[in-house]
Amino acid sequence: MQSILDFFSLHIEIIYIVILSIFLGIEVIGRVPSVLHTPLMSGANAIHGVVVIGAIIVMGEAQPGNYIALVLGFLAVLLGTLNVVGGFVVTDRMLEMFKNKKKPQKPATPDAA
Amino acid sequence: MGIHILSICYLIASVTFILGLKMLSRPDSARKGNLVAAAGMAVGIFGTIFLYEQEIDGEKHHLRNLVLIFSALTIGTILGFISAKKIKMTAMPEMVSLFNGMGGACAMLISVIEFNHYLFTAMPAVGGVIFLTQELTTVSMIAIVAGLVIGSISFAGSIIAWGKLRGVIKDVSFKGQRNLNMFLLFVLISAVVLLVVKTPVTSGEIGGYTLPFTDGSNSAWAISSFHIYLFFGILALALVYGVMFVFPIGGADMPVVISLLNSFTGVAAACAGFMYNNQAMLTGGILVGAAGTLLTILMCKAMNRSLLNVIIGTWGGNAGAAAAGSSEQGHYKEITLSDAAMVMSYANKVMIVPGYGLAVAQAQHTCHELEKILEEKGVEVKYAIHPVAGRMPGHMNVLLAEADVNYEKLLEMEDANDEFKTCDVVLILGANDVVNPAAKKDPASPIYGMPILEVELAKTVIVNKRSMKPGYAGIENDLFFQPKTSMLFGDAKKVLQDIIAEIKSV
Repeated sequence: MQSILDFFSLHIEIIYIVILSIFLGIEVIGRVPSVLHTPLMSGANAIHGVVVIGAIIVMGEAQPGNYIALVLGFLAVLLGTLNVVGGFVVTDRMLEMFKNKKKPQKPATPDAA
Repeated sequence: MGIHILSICYLIASVTFILGLKMLSRPDSARKGNLVAAAGMAVGIFGTIFLYEQEIDGEKHHLRNLVLIFSALTIGTILGFISAKKIKMTAMPEMVSLFNGMGGACAMLISVIEFNHYLFTAMPAVGGVIFLTQELTTVSMIAIVAGLVIGSISFAGSIIAWGKLRGVIKDVSFKGQRNLNMFLLFVLISAVVLLVVKTPVTSGEIGGYTLPFTDGSNSAWAISSFHIYLFFGILALALVYGVMFVFPIGGADMPVVISLLNSFTGVAAACAGFMYNNQAMLTGGILVGAAGTLLTILMCKAMNRSLLNVIIGTWGGNAGAAAAGSSEQGHYKEITLSDAAMVMSYANKVMIVPGYGLAVAQAQHTCHELEKILEEKGVEVKYAIHPVAGRMPGHMNVLLAEADVNYEKLLEMEDANDEFKTCDVVLILGANDVVNPAAKKDPASPIYGMPILEVELAKTVIVNKRSMKPGYAGIENDLFFQPKTSMLFGDAKKVLQDIIAEIKSV
């Protein structure tokens, strides 16, 4: 019991961030028209590529003689970068197609389904 | 100094992710939103490389191995850029799935390296007990293992989903699969609990001295070799579970699975963020986790199915029975190309219902051509887009936008259903389950309750399919046997080209 309470008081800021971010994530995409579902999924896919920052840190902390960490870290940074760059470029290509078109006068109806 | 600027970099990154997602959900700002998030990501990544500091023996050090980091970044950027630029628009869903798998693998590897880091700095093992020089608290252990498990499932699952969408991997289902998956999940969770609630090490030896840990309070500084095997056992089990999880899920449910795995990777990224107390990773990951879950639920709702139902997958089992039950269907009639061309060019209003067949045949440009030629003849042409047509929600919108089809011509399901009764001809291009009336009429049908496009309200229905084979859900479609329906077999692109030629010659 004490350890659970300790956990909460020690990480209370992170817990706040997590809970607020959950609501924000739901709120932010709650009114998305279905036409944008695929680009949005793809954009979100690129954003979770932020995990590459963790890969960079873990790679940068690896001791010079720790070859397992170096090889795996290299791979992690590579894959994370693929996720970020590929994700953003694919999303941009999808959205490129929507430009220079006549936009609907009223905002598209939210996906009520 | 540097570390404070880095905090600001992470703040900027977090804000751009929120703004980016917000802008991505509006058509007029979507493209800019994507760029905003990308810019924030660049700030976060380069901030980390140049400003991150770690404390070693009381001294602050910048990151090591910068050459390797930059090589990996460069190779990743080039490969990612080229593959994203070269991929065909029709293959977009599998590309998203593949990139998602890369992110999952990245999270998985971070956990492995982090665990390895504790072992690498530990003292040599004596009598099966390893003493750590860095404290491995239960909380860190939870973050590491959660990142490992979620990342691995996401990685393995995404790769299988990618293979399935490419057609390289077939649906695999066998008797008892559901129970096996449940069992795997149970074993996986048990193993994780066993690892996290580490059995306290009660005694160990250092330099010939036996140290008693009577209260187990020092267990954060020691680990037994059993736990190391357990850790890698969990990794293997999570990978196997990821594969088994996606194996039985049928094609119509693929978008749901990809979206779900997408949110998994978000959570895995957040776990890594927790490990390093990194706000950018934490907010980015949780945002995607929450938004991805909501998107997944929206997709399930569009198909009138529960998420649990999709995951456990009762689809395949029922389909066989339903298909067998309706085998004594009536006859269908075919229509010739010239008749189809005639019917359409003399109609007042034509509604086109695109489906996966259109994507496979890459017929979006030809389809737009047909639309233009019909409009020249004074026919009103619109498109009815079912929310789950194709392999991803919005898949058809993206394809038709690529072919320059006017945004305003694309009707969402509710609007389209209001307009069908004023249509003379409905042309269905490679869509099947989304127009199957069984979803409304037959309670025994596995797709019963799914909202569909009510194409029967129109005067005539022309269905273009490659053959009479049932659609992705594997069930028969009554629509094809109705008197007002006629079939036009063949590849969508070829058929459309022939129709255009016919209309021109009329």
